[in-house]
Amino acid sequence: MLEIKDLHAAVDGKEILKGLTLSIEPGQVHAIMGPNGSGKSTLSYVLAGRAGYEVTSGSILYNGRDLVAMPTEERAAQGVFLAMQYPVEIPGVTTLTFLKTALNAQRRARGEKELDAMSVLKLVRGKAATLKVTEEMLKRALNVGFSGGEKKRLEILQMALFEPKLAILDETDSGLDIDALKLVAEGVNAQRSPERAMLVITHYQRLLDYIVPDRIHVLARGRIVAEGGKELAHELEAKGYEHIVGKAA
Amino acid sequence: MSAAPETKKQVAEIGDKYKYGFVTDIEMERAPKGLNEDTVRYISAKKSEPDWMLEWRLGAFARWKEMREPNWARVHYQKIDYQNAYYYAAPKSTPKKQSLDEVDPKLLETYKKLGIPLHEQMALAGVAVDAVFDSVSVATTFKEKLNEAGVIFCPISEAIRDYPDLVKKYLGTVVPVTDNFFATLNSAVFSDGTFVYVPKGVRCPMELSTYFRINASETGQFERTLIVADEGSYVSYLEGCTAPKRDENQLHAAVVELVALADAEIKYSTVQNWYPGDEEGKGGIYNFVTKRGDCRGHRSKISWTQVETGSAITWKYPSCILRGDDTVGEFYSIAIANNYQQADTGTKMIHLGKNTRSRIISKGISAGKAQNTYRGLVSVHPKAASARNYTQCDSLLIGGKCGAHTVPYIESRNPTARIEHEATTSKIAEDQLFYCLQRGIPQDEAVSLIVNGFCREVLQQLPMEFAVEAQKLVGISLEGSVG
Repeated sequence: MLEIKDLHAAVDGKEILKGLTLSIEPGQVHAIMGPNGSGKSTLSYVLAGRAGYEVTSGSILYNGRDLVAMPTEERAAQGVFLAMQYPVEIPGVTTLTFLKTALNAQRRARGEKELDAMSVLKLVRGKAATLKVTEEMLKRALNVGFSGGEKKRLEILQMALFEPKLAILDETDSGLDIDALKLVAEGVNAQRSPERAMLVITHYQRLLDYIVPDRIHVLARGRIVAEGGKELAHELEAKGYEHIVGKAA
Repeated sequence: MSAAPETKKQVAEIGDKYKYGFVTDIEMERAPKGLNEDTVRYISAKKSEPDWMLEWRLGAFARWKEMREPNWARVHYQKIDYQNAYYYAAPKSTPKKQSLDEVDPKLLETYKKLGIPLHEQMALAGVAVDAVFDSVSVATTFKEKLNEAGVIFCPISEAIRDYPDLVKKYLGTVVPVTDNFFATLNSAVFSDGTFVYVPKGVRCPMELSTYFRINASETGQFERTLIVADEGSYVSYLEGCTAPKRDENQLHAAVVELVALADAEIKYSTVQNWYPGDEEGKGGIYNFVTKRGDCRGHRSKISWTQVETGSAITWKYPSCILRGDDTVGEFYSIAIANNYQQADTGTKMIHLGKNTRSRIISKGISAGKAQNTYRGLVSVHPKAASARNYTQCDSLLIGGKCGAHTVPYIESRNPTARIEHEATTSKIAEDQLFYCLQRGIPQDEAVSLIVNGFCREVLQQLPMEFAVEAQKLVGISLEGSVG
């Protein structure tokens, strides 16, 4: 599904990713761990297509297509979803309006029929309950005045609504207490499926206790420096990044 | 163009009935170029006006000759040559086009996005249509309903002939003939406009709109509107049209006067989308408008809502004189300036009576190389005990080459007054755009969504069916504004 080969990427002319290679198959959950500044967020933005994140060499194939050549909104319509570390606020736009606009934009791009407000509301309600996203939250302006936990739950609700093929979760655990973390993790686990690939980006092993990955990659200085199964997370937790990163260098 | 659904249906039905309407040859109806007493007499004669009206106009013209164009607004334009213009012109100064093929495709694209019916598109674009709906019939349908309620709603030229006492009593009492350069010019040469009178205790049974008076779209550059709400009455008036009109005329100087007597309420909504000029700033309408409402009776209320997206230059300050005790004035505004547009707009709230209250919510959006200025005055006079004002001015910038300016004037001469002013300036942030794009929302739609969110408090003030079109218009007028 996703094949990244020798990826180099730069921000403001400074190279952050320096030859990253990674591939994920449908149904798999991969985790990317790494110290601060290793390039984790850069990778997520490059995959999602954020302006200013420039691929300088290497390739990214997404279901056989050149992902780099696809405009940002088309990637979304074709099933690339990024749950963001810092979901943004849009004052005056109700959450439900935003969800409807986004869902219909994606459907339109895929040549599907747009849904009316009632159908969207029904769809959203069906997914919102388990994530404890209340009706009141849906009426508030997008992310405005939301707590950290509410913001992250809303991200996962969007993931459930858009049903992406490739879901990237960037530091979804940041700013969450343990109860909120469990709730979000349950939401994510409920969406694991044989057709869907997930890339979970995190600094800490804690999240991976709840979202158990098939494979873990350790990112440092713009490269994958170690790979392994879920037990790698515990090794990292016990010995620290420096131990593994240092060994690789 | 906006109208209640039932209105649209009625108009459509009438349109069907009169498949073979008329096309009037109007090229003949044009005063000679230039402005002098003869021009004023020509216009007055064309309208078959009584002598008192002609004298009024001539008086205005005499004063105007002594006046100077104001230059305090933050707008720059080439000097207007008042002698090189027509003051009474045929409705269409450009030759009629034979089919829609001759119309600028960009314009048609805009109409399509706004969902304007085809026959309206043709009328707006100045295409000669042989299926024009009979404006007389349309007017009649609504006139009957309004007659029952006793509401007078007619062209002001008609009112001058048919209701001279009412017109004499109120015309020029809110915006005096000598008020300002452009208002005085209007007083001398106004071509037509609207007159509304709502009798005591009557709640006007429908939203009044120039839409009902098809001819009103052809009244030219100098419109004059007078709305009088008698004691305890209510009226909501919608002005304008959400579709851009290609108008070759450079100067529009309208005057609107509102009078609310005791316990009356007037709600006046405008969507202005005149031709703003091209991407290089060539052409476009200079919109110099004087709008003022007088809360003359106690407990009356006047509320202005405006969505200004068009015109090369907008110079406009819809104001309220809070004369009666316990009167309320409101001003809700969205002003969008893109490319080389310049907008200098705001309001004046003049508190004269006791316990008068005013509320100002202004949302300015600048994009491209545009300059957008909020200019407002809140003035509390010595007798206006316990007057209150709340002002909120928010500016949104799109891109790095535009400007937003806020110029609030506050004068309080009563120690019991309470005046609050809040102002913010923000930019459409890159992370907001990225967030939308990542969820599949294309750039132009994302800008429209964010800007509509920014304007929400004002859009909510518009009548429902108007609001939907205004929202679309907000998006369209900012298309391509993010590089």
